[in-house]
Amino acid sequence: MGVLADKFVTDAVEMRQAYCAALMKEAAENAKITVVDADVSHSVGTGPFYEKFPDRSINCGIMEAHAVGLCAGMSAMGLVPFFHAFGVFATRRVFDQIFISCAYQNLNVKIIGADPGVTAATNGGTHMPFEDLGLMRLIPNATIVEPADSSMYNFAVKFMADNYGLFYLRTSRRKTVKIYGDGARFEIGRANKLADGDDVCIFACGIMVYEALKARELLAKKGVFASVYDMHTIKPVDSAAVIYEAKKCGAIVTAENHNVIGGLGSAVCEVVSENYPVPVERVGVEESFGEVGSQEYLQSRFGLTAEKIAERALKSIERKLKRK
Amino acid sequence: MKTETVKKRCDFNAYETAKAAAEIRKLCIRSLASIGSGHIGGSMSVSDILAVLYTDIMHIDPKRPDDESRDWLVMSKGHCGSALYATLAYKGYFKKEELLTLNKGGTKLPSHCDRLKTVGIDISTGSLGQGLSLAAGVAYGKILRGIGGRVYAILGDGELQEGQNWEAFQFIAHRNVNNLITIIDNNRRQLDGYTEDICNPFGLKNKFEAFGLIAEEVDGHDVTEIYNALKTAENAQKPVVLVCNTEKGHGCNFAEIRGFNHYMPVTEELAESAAAEIDRRLEENYGRSCR
Repeated sequence: MGVLADKFVTDAVEMRQAYCAALMKEAAENAKITVVDADVSHSVGTGPFYEKFPDRSINCGIMEAHAVGLCAGMSAMGLVPFFHAFGVFATRRVFDQIFISCAYQNLNVKIIGADPGVTAATNGGTHMPFEDLGLMRLIPNATIVEPADSSMYNFAVKFMADNYGLFYLRTSRRKTVKIYGDGARFEIGRANKLADGDDVCIFACGIMVYEALKARELLAKKGVFASVYDMHTIKPVDSAAVIYEAKKCGAIVTAENHNVIGGLGSAVCEVVSENYPVPVERVGVEESFGEVGSQEYLQSRFGLTAEKIAERALKSIERKLKRK
Repeated sequence: MKTETVKKRCDFNAYETAKAAAEIRKLCIRSLASIGSGHIGGSMSVSDILAVLYTDIMHIDPKRPDDESRDWLVMSKGHCGSALYATLAYKGYFKKEELLTLNKGGTKLPSHCDRLKTVGIDISTGSLGQGLSLAAGVAYGKILRGIGGRVYAILGDGELQEGQNWEAFQFIAHRNVNNLITIIDNNRRQLDGYTEDICNPFGLKNKFEAFGLIAEEVDGHDVTEIYNALKTAENAQKPVVLVCNTEKGHGCNFAEIRGFNHYMPVTEELAESAAAEIDRRLEENYGRSCR
C-alpha cells in the first residue's frame, strides 16, 4: 500500500524540476543516458542537464520525427536516450516513428510527453493530448506510466533508466498536489492502493488520483465507502488489482485526464469484461477536442472532478444493485 | 532502352567487384523466383552499390556481426531487402540456401529488412523515410561513445519525397555527422512511375549542397566510379551524399522495361534466363581481354 502524505498540499517543486534532478542523478552513474529535445528543453525543464552534461544533450530543433528516429539509432549503439516533447508531439505526431523505428525493432527509447490532457491549459486544443494513452497502448511491449506526483516520478525515472525497452511517461511539468509521503513504495505494473472500501472501487491516474481521494470523502459523507487506487502504470495494467476489486466491491469507476476511449477506462474494462464482469463507469473526456482555459476551468468543463467521480460511483453502485 | 551502362574498367579489382554484383543479382533473382514474385526493380538498381560496399569498402566480419565498431548499413529503402540478403549470403553471414525461404511463413528473410530476424541486418526498415534518422542516430551514437566505424545509409530517390529525410539532413549537416555516408539509389522511378512525373525532384545534387552537405554524382552501375567516390568520402570534412544514378531493374533482362517493374512475378524460367544473361554481360564487359 502506498504511504500517503499527511496532508494533501501543492508540492514544493515543479514536476519538471523533479524530473531533471532525477535524470541527472541517473546520468551521473550511467554514462549512456542522453537527453534529446525538439526545441522545448526550456519548457520541459531539461536545462540543468544541458549545463552538466553538454556532450550528452541534443537539441534537434523542431523535428520530432527525426528526433525519435535519432533516439532509436542511438539506442541501437547502446545509448539510453530520453526524448521530451509536449504529449501531442511526443506521440500522435510521431506514431509511426515510435512504432517502427523504436518498438518494432525492440530499441531502448524513453519518451516523456509533457502536459497531458487539461494540464496543457492555455496552450489549448492543438497541444492537449486526450488520445496519447490510447495510441501508445496499441504498441506491443510499450510500458506506459502516468505519475501522480514527484515521488512516483522519481521512481519512474530510475526504473526507466535501469530497464530496457520502450517507455512512455506522461505528466504535467508544473507543481501538482503531493500524494505520497516519505517511504512510499512503487512497482511498475502494480497499482498503489491508497484507501480501502467495500462499496465501489476508483481506479485513477495522474491528476485524477487527487480527485479520486476527494471523491472518496464526498462518498463517505453519504455512507458509501470506496477503495482508491493510483493506477500509475496504464500498461501493463494491474489486472490482479482490478479483478480483486471487481470481486470485492462489484462496482468500479475509472478516472483519467484522457479520452474515455483507449486509456485507463478501456484498460480496466478489458480486464473486467474478460475476467469478472461488473459495472464500470468511466470518468474522462467524452468525444471532445481540447480548448484553452485554466486547468481548473478545463477540469470542470470536461468533467474531470471529484464531484463527477462521486456521481459516477453512485451510478456504478446503482447498476450493481439492479443486477442482484 | 539502354541496357549496357557498365563501362569497361581494368583498374583496382573491378572485375572481382562486378563479379560479386553479378552473383548478388543472380542470388536475389533466384530467391524471388522461389516465392514467385518480389521487389525486383529496386533490388537490381542497388546491387552494384551493395557489391562495392560489402566487398571493397565496409569494415565488417560476418563472424562478428554484433561488433559495435563495425561499419553499419541502413537499407532505408527496406523493400529491397532481397538484394541485401543476397549480399549477406554471398558474404557468408548465412547459407545461400536460406535465400530460398524469402517471404515464406516463419522465414528469417522478410520482404522488408528486420534486424531482429536476420543476421547482418543492422536496422529494421520498410516504413520509408525513417532510415536516415536511424542511421544518423547510430553514427552520432558512435561519436558520443567514441566508437569507430562508419554508417552507410542507402535511400531511394522516391523515398526522398518523405519530409523526415530533410529533417535528418538538417541535423546531419548542423552536427557535422561525417561518419555517416548517405547513398541515393537514384533510379528515377517509384512504385507508380517516374519521379519526374509524380513529384519532380528538380536536381538532387543542388538540394543536398543547399543543405550544407557535400554531394557527388556517379554512375551507380559503374563499380569503379562508386568505389572511388566512396573512398574519397571517407576523408571528407563534411557529411557526404553520393547520388548514384541507376536504372530500375538494371541487369535483369526481364525487368529492364519502361513499364511497371517495382514488383514483378518471377518464375524459375525467367530467373535462369536472367542469370545466363548476367554471366554473358559480365564476360562481355569485364572479360579476359579486359583483365
